[in-house]
Amino acid sequence: MKDWPDTFDLAVVGGGNAALCAAITAAEAGASVLILEGAPVPYRGGNSRHTRNFRCMHKQPMFPLTGSYDEDEYLDDLMLVTKGRTDEGLARLAIRSSEECLPWMQAHGVRFQPSLSGTLSLSRTNAFFLGGGKALVNAYYNTAADLGIKIAYEAQVRHVHREADRITHLEVEIAGHPVTVKARAFVLASGGFQADLDWLARAWGPAARNFLIRGTPYNRGVVLRDMLDQGAESVGDPTQCHAVAIDGRAPKYDGGIVTRLDCVPFSIVLNRDGDRFYDEGEDVWPKRYAIWGRLVAAQPDQVGYALIDAKSIDLFMPSVFPPVKSDTIEGLAVQMGLDPQATRRTVDTFNAACRPGPFHSTTLDGLRTEGLNVPKTNWARPLDTAPFYGYQLRPGVTFTYLGLKVDARAQVHSAEGPIQNLWAAGEIMAGSILGQGYLAGFGMTIGTVFGRIAGKEAATHVA
Amino acid sequence: MSLDLSPMDEARRQIEICNACRYCEGFCSVFPAMTRQKAFADGDLTQLANLCHNCRGCYYACQYTAPHEFALNIPAVLAEVRVESWERLARPQAVARLFQTHGVAMAGLLVIVLAWFFWALTAFRPEAGAGFYAHLGHNTLVAIFVPAFLTPLALIALSVRDYWREVGGGRVRLSHIVSAFGSAARMKNLSGGHGEGCNFEKGDRFSDRRRVFHQLMMYGFLLCFASTASGTVMHYALGWEAPYPLFSLPKLLGLPGGLMMVVGAAGLMWLKLKADPALGAARVWGGEMAFVLLLGVVALTGLGLYAATGTALVGPMLAVHLATVMVLFLLMPFSKMVHGFFRLAALIAEAGKPAPAGGGE
Repeated sequence: MKDWPDTFDLAVVGGGNAALCAAITAAEAGASVLILEGAPVPYRGGNSRHTRNFRCMHKQPMFPLTGSYDEDEYLDDLMLVTKGRTDEGLARLAIRSSEECLPWMQAHGVRFQPSLSGTLSLSRTNAFFLGGGKALVNAYYNTAADLGIKIAYEAQVRHVHREADRITHLEVEIAGHPVTVKARAFVLASGGFQADLDWLARAWGPAARNFLIRGTPYNRGVVLRDMLDQGAESVGDPTQCHAVAIDGRAPKYDGGIVTRLDCVPFSIVLNRDGDRFYDEGEDVWPKRYAIWGRLVAAQPDQVGYALIDAKSIDLFMPSVFPPVKSDTIEGLAVQMGLDPQATRRTVDTFNAACRPGPFHSTTLDGLRTEGLNVPKTNWARPLDTAPFYGYQLRPGVTFTYLGLKVDARAQVHSAEGPIQNLWAAGEIMAGSILGQGYLAGFGMTIGTVFGRIAGKEAATHVA
Repeated sequence: MSLDLSPMDEARRQIEICNACRYCEGFCSVFPAMTRQKAFADGDLTQLANLCHNCRGCYYACQYTAPHEFALNIPAVLAEVRVESWERLARPQAVARLFQTHGVAMAGLLVIVLAWFFWALTAFRPEAGAGFYAHLGHNTLVAIFVPAFLTPLALIALSVRDYWREVGGGRVRLSHIVSAFGSAARMKNLSGGHGEGCNFEKGDRFSDRRRVFHQLMMYGFLLCFASTASGTVMHYALGWEAPYPLFSLPKLLGLPGGLMMVVGAAGLMWLKLKADPALGAARVWGGEMAFVLLLGVVALTGLGLYAATGTALVGPMLAVHLATVMVLFLLMPFSKMVHGFFRLAALIAEAGKPAPAGGGE
């Protein structure tokens, strides 16, 4: 901190993709920039660490994307998942700008690769980072360092000090020491609040304490709360979070991609009482995995149990922990903490409702049960081939929807109008565009597009 | 890395986590190969370990390195398994074990003993003979070096055969060999998947230095080998005996080859000093360093011998050069030298396996 100027042109709160895009853009326009990253070096990058691709509009094939993906198709995909809960103007801005982001990302050190195995369905729409999100974060930090951007780690911003329509300074705790950071412009890119279980519990109910947080433990929403308390305009449902069903043995925080389970379509899923509660074969997994977090969250104790037999164990991506295994259904039930009689009854009822027919693991095969209250409408095969396998499922929170409302210049507003020197980018404002659901790779698009806009606007403001 | 597990079991723990992520698929051959299975037998892990070139790209890109509780360090654990596989498969085991505990001392002592031996041999030098053959008869040299070269090669061949069985290598086709040599010729697995190199000595920044220095060493060594081979052909087939003039095949191949080896060795040692030892097999760091040094000394004494032409230094220089060359050959089955053979075997075995299918998501 000794070589810091008294006042920076721009202070960026956060150290993930959006923060880095803003900082790099502003520094290249000539601004002196400080990045305040709340995490220590090994955990820098927020949830960007866990990402792996960037959804990108493109008119013709451009490495690593195949075919074309135009604005309307992209918007349709977004409308489908958000059920219309989006700001179409901002959404179109993000989509249109994504195309020029791809070469920009490459010019700033990000490397891409053809889509990963198991994700061929995304090769046209999503550009995969070589090495994943942490490699992207590393590349941006190196670029930032080369540009002379100052980076403070373990820098927890406690308060954003506002006077009338301007921000004057930040109260920060850097590695435990209080520091006042003065700057002429500010970009907030410090993510959502999903790692604050108390906040989640207030919004969702006490059940939220049983949720696992898939990403960084550092997104506690301190800055978001502070801004909302100061009357910043908000957007997005404050009670909702995006959650998927993940391996119940995952770490409480930061389990990331490996904790996902793709076994549901080939399983029967029981609740704590040994009953099935939803059609496991409703649609192909990429279209259904996002609803299972919510489904499991609604069950007693927020837990589910996926049971599979030997016929189906190799039909999905490997799990991070080996499944529980037994030669009998009862044995499996006991090992998983389920009542063996109830489990046996549910399996027998399910097996009796299965009908013969062709099974196709990769397409909707229409192999459905008959006569069940909770049917399974595809891939319904009896669990009859030992050994039997089981996975415990828990809701894993990916992100929260509540955020700061921004305009097309990424500027933050209060009830009295725009705050003159404050912009926001990334998850903290993503609710402006993503009101509900999720579209793979779109978080990184929002972060990159609005990070660059915020950086450009802030640099222009101080020039 | 867990201290409670053997390197093989620790590798299994880490690879099973790794295989559920797959973000690193584009870096090298290890990750696509990994996607073929869900469960990993010892042979599978040995094969992955020998495919790994320790570029370290996956370590810096990994979300799960310590302090994360998964504590992945794939480059280090694969290096451990790799080194262990070479030690396990080396023969004769008695010598291999001695080398594992006292390798550097063994090499040093052998160089000294052999240098004295060659020096002593010059007492029996022939009356006729020009250049260094004036010091040591050609037939004596051949009688010593042919077995000293062929015996270690034969031992390595046996080790590689065992490797092939352990990893379940299939029937070898010409295309597999072409593919493997193509990878080695370009050091494709040190390119980082984007052609900008690896993360060996500059942390999370990419650098091509290791690839460049390795290739200087490898091609330098091959040129020196070709130089010796061409000398042999000229000697026996054409009846043209050393010393050879500057514009002759042995010199035109050997001089640049020797220079490349010296630069390569110096570069590789420099990089090894800069690189983080915790991302490799820390246990054999010293031995690996000594091996690179030995290669450098072989080349340096060879060049020195040429520079000393016509002076009184030829005798002692010849003795030292021959001693280092001989030690390099004799210790080949136990030293880092085997990495070339095992890596090629791993690349050929990989080329012969079905293309990785990947899972569904």
